[in-house]
Parts: sequence; C-alpha cells; structure tokens
Amino acid sequence: MFYREAGQFKTSYKADQAVFPIFQDKVFVAIWLLIGFVVIPMLANEYVFRAIFIPVIIMALAAIGLNLLVGYCGQVSLGSGAFMAVGAYAAYNFMIRIPDLNPLICFLLGGLSATVVGVIFGIPSLRIKGFYLAVATLALQFFTDWTFSRIDWFTNYTPSGSIAVQPVAVWGFVFDSPIRKYLLCLTVLVIFTIIAKNLVRGRIGRAWMATRDMDVAAEIIGIRPIFAKLSAFAVSSFFIGVAGALWAFVHLGSWEPLAFDINLSFSILFMVIIGGLGSIVGGMLGAAFITLLPLFLNQLPIWLGINMSTAMVSHLEYMIFGALIIFFLAVEPLGLARIWQITKEKLRLWPFPH
Amino acid sequence: MNDNDRKLGPTLLKADNISLAFGGVKALTDISFEVKEREVLAIIGPNGAGKSSMLNVINGVYHPNAGSVTYKGTVRQQMKPHEAAKQGIARTFQNIALFKGMSVLDNIMTGRTLKMSAGFLAQCLYVGRARNEEIEHRKKVEEIIDFLQIQSIRKTPVGRLPYGLQKRVELGRALAAEPTLLLLDEPMAGMNIEEKEDMSRFILDVNDEFGTTIVLIEHDMGVVMDLSDRIVVLDYGKKIGDGTPAEIRNNKEVIDAYLGVSD
Amino acid sequence: MGFFVEVLLSGLMAGVLYSLVALGFVLIFKASGVFNFAQGAMVLFAALTFVRLLDILKDTFAPITLALIITIAMMIMLAMAIERLVLRPLVNQPGISLFMATLGIAYFLDGFGQTLWGSDIYTLDIGIPKGSIFILESVFEGGVLVAKEDLVATVIAGLLVVTLAIFFQKTRIGRALRAVADDHQAAQSIGIPLNYIWVIVWTVAGLVALVAGVIWGSKLGVQFSLSLIALKALPVLILGGFESVLGAVIGGLIIGAGEKLAEIYIGPYVGGGIEYWFAYMLALGFLMFRPQGLFGEVHIDRV
Repeated sequence: MFYREAGQFKTSYKADQAVFPIFQDKVFVAIWLLIGFVVIPMLANEYVFRAIFIPVIIMALAAIGLNLLVGYCGQVSLGSGAFMAVGAYAAYNFMIRIPDLNPLICFLLGGLSATVVGVIFGIPSLRIKGFYLAVATLALQFFTDWTFSRIDWFTNYTPSGSIAVQPVAVWGFVFDSPIRKYLLCLTVLVIFTIIAKNLVRGRIGRAWMATRDMDVAAEIIGIRPIFAKLSAFAVSSFFIGVAGALWAFVHLGSWEPLAFDINLSFSILFMVIIGGLGSIVGGMLGAAFITLLPLFLNQLPIWLGINMSTAMVSHLEYMIFGALIIFFLAVEPLGLARIWQITKEKLRLWPFPH
Repeated sequence: MNDNDRKLGPTLLKADNISLAFGGVKALTDISFEVKEREVLAIIGPNGAGKSSMLNVINGVYHPNAGSVTYKGTVRQQMKPHEAAKQGIARTFQNIALFKGMSVLDNIMTGRTLKMSAGFLAQCLYVGRARNEEIEHRKKVEEIIDFLQIQSIRKTPVGRLPYGLQKRVELGRALAAEPTLLLLDEPMAGMNIEEKEDMSRFILDVNDEFGTTIVLIEHDMGVVMDLSDRIVVLDYGKKIGDGTPAEIRNNKEVIDAYLGVSD
Repeated sequence: MGFFVEVLLSGLMAGVLYSLVALGFVLIFKASGVFNFAQGAMVLFAALTFVRLLDILKDTFAPITLALIITIAMMIMLAMAIERLVLRPLVNQPGISLFMATLGIAYFLDGFGQTLWGSDIYTLDIGIPKGSIFILESVFEGGVLVAKEDLVATVIAGLLVVTLAIFFQKTRIGRALRAVADDHQAAQSIGIPLNYIWVIVWTVAGLVALVAGVIWGSKLGVQFSLSLIALKALPVLILGGFESVLGAVIGGLIIGAGEKLAEIYIGPYVGGGIEYWFAYMLALGFLMFRPQGLFGEVHIDRV
C-alpha cells in the first residue's frame, strides 16, 4: 500500500537511471543507514558487535567483491581466502616497514597488492574457462598458504609465525572499542557498496555481464575479453584484499596463515551463491546468513535442551550448508536477493493481490 | 539510371580469394566478391555452404588460410573481432547470441560500449563524464528502441522474451554501434510471416535512413529477392553465382544447386 | 642414482593413487559434463562406510564380502539420490552451476558420513601386505626400497583402468555413455535414457571412489583428510585433460613423480613443504601452453 510507483512518473532518463528510482526505496535506504549508524550503536552490546556485526560486515565486503567476479563477470574463483591473506599481510608489511603510515592507507595498499596478485592470476582466464580457471585459482590459494607460513619475511620473523597487531589508530583516534570498530567497518562497507553499484550499472558492469553471458558476442561488439576479465579480477581482488586487511586488523587482531585457508574461500563463495549471484544486496544477505548460521546451530541444541557434541554440531553444519547450496542452485539460483526482491514486489501490490 | 545506381557508393568491402579450412575440411574455397557502400547484399546457399563462415571471416572470428579482405580501402591482416567492431562492423547471429541475464535496455546499451569513454574513477563514483555519457547514450538507445517498437519490454530480461522479439533486440544491439557494415546471419529464421515482414521493413529502413551497408544470410527466397540489391550464391564453400536478383533467378548453375527447378 | 630412482618410484606410486581419484572425476565429466568436486567426499564416504561395516560385521562368516556388498549398495543408492535430488533439478543449467552444486554435495556428504559413522581415525586392514621390500637389486647397488602396499595399489589401479577402458569401448552401456558425453540431446533422441545413464556413471565413480578409499585408507587410516585427496587430484585433471582416462593415469604419474622430486631436490632451497602447491603450479604453467590438457580435445567455438 505504501510501497508503490504509481504517480511517480520519470520525466528524464537521469531519473530513470537513478539507483533507487522509487521514492520509497530512498526512504528505505535512509532508514537502513539510520539503523546502521545510529540505532544499532545505541542498542547493541559488545558481544553482538564482536560476534555478529563486525564479521558480517567485513564478510559482506568480501562477498560483494567476489560477486563482482563470479556473479557479474562469470569467472569462478576459489581463491578468495588467498586474496584476503594478501590484503592482510601486505597491509601488515606496509605498516611495519613504513613508519607513521596512516593505517587506512595501509588497508588500501593491501587491497592494491591483492589487485596486483589478482591480475596476475587472472591472466590464465584469458586462455582457460570455467573449471580450469577454478582450479587455477586454487593454485593461488595453496601458494599463498605456503608463502605466508614458510617465508618468514612476510611475518617479520615472528617465532610462532602468527601476527598480533595494535588497535588501528588514525590521527590519534584509536579504534579500540567494538563500537568504534563497527562504525569503521560499516563506513568502509557503505563506500565500497556505492562504488560497486556504480560500476555494475555503467559501461564496465555491462562489459562484465556481457562477457559472462556470451563472451564471443561481447567481443564482436567491441568488448576486449582481456579488459573485461582482468578489470573484474582487479576490482574484485581489491575489494577482497581490503576485506582481508579489515578482517585481520579489526576483527581478529592476531592471526596466522590458517585464518585464510581454503575453507574461507569456500565460505565466501557460498555467501555469493546463497545470497544471489549478480546482486550487490545478495552479497550482504549471504554474508549475514553464512556467518550467523553456525552461531544459530550452536545455540539451537541449548535452546531445545538437547545434548549434542560440538563435533556433531559441526557435522550438521556441513550437511545443512551442503543441502542449502544445492537447494538454492536448483530452486532459487538468484538466491536470497531474489527472495528479497519478490517480497518487495509483493509489498508493491499489497494489500490488493492484483 | 535505375534506382540502385544512384544509391550505391564506392566499394566498401572486398574479399579476394578467401579460403578457409578446419583441419582437412574446407569451409571456403577461393571466394571473391565486393560489397558497395549502402548496398544490401544477400549470401545464399544450402546448409553447410560456408555462409556463416564467410561472415565470421569478415568480422575477424575466423582467420582465412589464404586470401585477403579489403575494408574501407585498406587490406587487413589478421584481425580480432573487437578490432572489426572498432572499424564499424556489427553483426547478429544465427543462433541468437544475446546477453541473457541482462535487460533489453542493457543489451542495447552494451552495443554502445565503444562509443563510451569515461575513465575508471569517474565510473566508480558515477560522476562527470560517466554520468553524462550514460544519459546521453540512453537517449540514442531509446531512439533505437522506438525504431524497433520494443518500448514496452525495455526493462525485461531478454531470456524471458519470445524468439521473434529476441531477434529484434539483437538487431537493436547491432544498430546501437551505428555500424557502417551490418552483418545479419539469418535474421528471419524461425519467424512467421508477420514477423518476417516487420524484420524486412526494419532492415530496409536501416539501409535507407542510416545508409548502412548490409550483408545478410537468409533462406527465404522471397525475402532475399525483395530485399537485396545483389546476391552471392555459395555451394560447398565455392561461389557459384553473383548478380542481381533477376540474374540469379535465371542462373542455371544456381537453379541446379539450390533453387531447384524453376517454373 | 639408486636414491633418485627410489624417489621417482615412490612418487610414481603416489601418483597412481592420485590417478585413481582423478579417474572418478573423468568418468563423471565424460558422461555428464559435470565437474564433480565431491569425488573426494565420495572417497571418504565409501571408505568410512566400508571400515565401519567391517567393524559391525566382524563376527559374521564373511565380514569383508558382506561389508563390500553393503557398501556397494550404499554407493548405488547415493548415485540414485544425487541423480534425483541434484542432477535432475539442475538439468540444462550451466556447467558452472552444477560444479557449485557438487561443492554442496561434497559438504553434505562429509557431514553426513561423519554423522552416520563418526569422525575418528579408523584403521583399515583387509590383508594388503605391509612393509617394504628391495627391488631391482641387480640394476642398482643396494636395490631400491619400495612399500609393498604401493605395489599392490599400483596393480589394482592398473586393473581398474583396463577394466574401465574395456567397459567404455566394448560394452553397450559404455557406448551409450560415450554417446551421452558427445551430445545429451542427440543421445536422448535415439532412446538412451539419460537419467539411467547418470545413475550408472555416478555408481561407477562411486565404486572407483571405494577402491581409492580402501587403498588410501589402509595406507593412512580412514579419516577426514581422505576427503581432501580430491584437491590433489585436480592438478592431475588439468594436466591430463578432463575427458581422458589415459590422461588421468599419465597426469597422475607426472604429478606424483614431479611432486616428490621437487620436494627432495628443490624443497630444501625454499624452505620445504612445496609439495603443498607444486602440483598446482606445474599444472597451471602447463595450462598456459596447452589449455585443453595433455589428452583433452580442442573445442572450436561456433557462432
């Protein structure tokens, strides 16, 4: 009843091409931002920030990044964990080796390092497709696992091979409390989401989607495959690299190479699939879903009063993840984002069904 | 002076002794023909005669084993499809090759890729050139959408459209590039009479209004005879006829190979 | 020289085991175009089922035979379930969706197998001889040390490859499988029932997984890490090509030998542990020169 476009005529192409063409959408986003920046900080406690909001936000950033590559450009990557690792370790090295460098700059440099690695490992995508490429990205995953655990220079020769960092401080302002960390991550996510949205609705986004849908036809139109694929790799790994730096510095605080292993890569891919391939909001929904599901499953037996071993819970988690992946691919390939959209469409008609 | 002579310009594209083979299979043998500016040229022939291969050679998907293509006066060496696009060659496909996950609007907008120039940062922020050019090109695309009469479906994902409309959208995508030379691979395959009439009208309008040179492959002889200024006939990868519709209709070799007994 | 041959041989024999896992991939890829990431999970599931049944049935008259029969029955049921619940709903979806679906199968199967059978390390002993022997003593001084179980594994793998080759080339079902691999729709239109073919090929892949699981399991114990063997088999596929049985075998041998030799001869200079990624980099480097693998076919894009 309140969510509809009747009476809102678009008189210019500019208005029609706006991100949120319907007035209610603008209000809706404003409300979300208000909730994110004002309401949640007032209500949530430290545990909720640390266990839910911060990881969900950082993973959403990574998932949006991977979605640009997989969902929009159609290049499957199983190496997201590796890009996160590159982002984290590069940021760390810039920080310790260049004194007084602003940590935010370090995060961006971490992202750029991931971009460089992404472009190098994107080069095979020009010759190989599909599964071959997926396996090639696995090569990156194993190679970075090894690099950061065996080459001590990257960990600054710490004896254990793990890294611990101080809370991030920018111009004397220390991001030490969960609420400050949360606001930092949320700000980064909002900025990157806007960038992602701008890219996918413009020329470069269309070039990615065209390459995904029909690469031969795309080339005949004048889209160079090398440009489309490598730019998708570059942007995607930049996003994921920055997410990796945030994950390490803001969420974990101390970490070892195992924090970025292949399971992380799979998790991020699952976020993209379940959230919705080729949808920005899908990345966020998927990240929330995949991060929260284990928490929920761990709590469930306690709520129900069933005694269940942690091993059992983790096996069940595997089964549920697996089943959900198959379910979403078969029944709703567009994922949670599609369900979200259907809800909005229903709302548009409500309360009149036709 | 008849109608045609007034319309046609100098030679736009010239194929010289093109041969193409896949492994041992010869797809094209020693094919030569010319296309003049503003001409509508039809390539006909039985299935497997090498018609699509010929188009693929023209826009750089296949590289001929022998022979050369001269386009706009320059002989070109090995060329990639995107380079052909840059020189103003656009095409449609026998089996529709639209971007299925994208809307009609986005498909046609994609056709204008080469005309856009905003830098990466501007695109990230959607400011300045990036934003203005989106709006400017949207106007052009809307003109094409009006021309093809597909206004009502502009936001529909093309995967959901019926076959005939998809063919039309694909034509729109090719037109969006404002090509000098338009290659149409069986633009009317699988259409009913009305759809064929619509499509024929669009093709003629494109040729008349924009002066676009058109090379098309088509099996429907009625359509071919009506639309084209000249016809090239291929059979088993060899050229067996080249001339006006009237000449082709009376060419004995062509009748034997392809048209069947004329009554 | 003797040491080099010893390293080479142990690498080759490890490679045989990689080939076994890769074979399962190739079978499914050939017949259904699906890149089955769950092959490793199937190895684990088959081995777990088998080893636990052995334990349950240990007081019966023929534990091994009974356990084998029931495990095979379970693998058939698994193939049917996958066909019904995964492949059929996803028919005509792009290959990459099916690939991601098999990731789902892998996760599900890992969880399911361990929920059903537990997640400890189980030792598996079905009488494969243990210990090592010296061979080729006449050629090299002191001979070459090899593990007996590796020899047995090699023989079994060799037999399996020959059987599969005969199955594909000579039997009616094998011909149908090849027809399906060439063109799904055409095969269907000449009356080859697609669903039935899928069940068969996934069953065969399940049996290959069982063989691989039993051999690996008696070597390392049946445990979760068996599932990760699949990751070792991927570079083998890249090297050998996804569609070639012979490629899987030769690719496995190259990867196995290359990995061991690299670890021994290059590893010490770069800090060791390069076994972890060497196979992948070898395969990746190879890909740049021959994207379709050693024995894969070149596909011409038609437009």
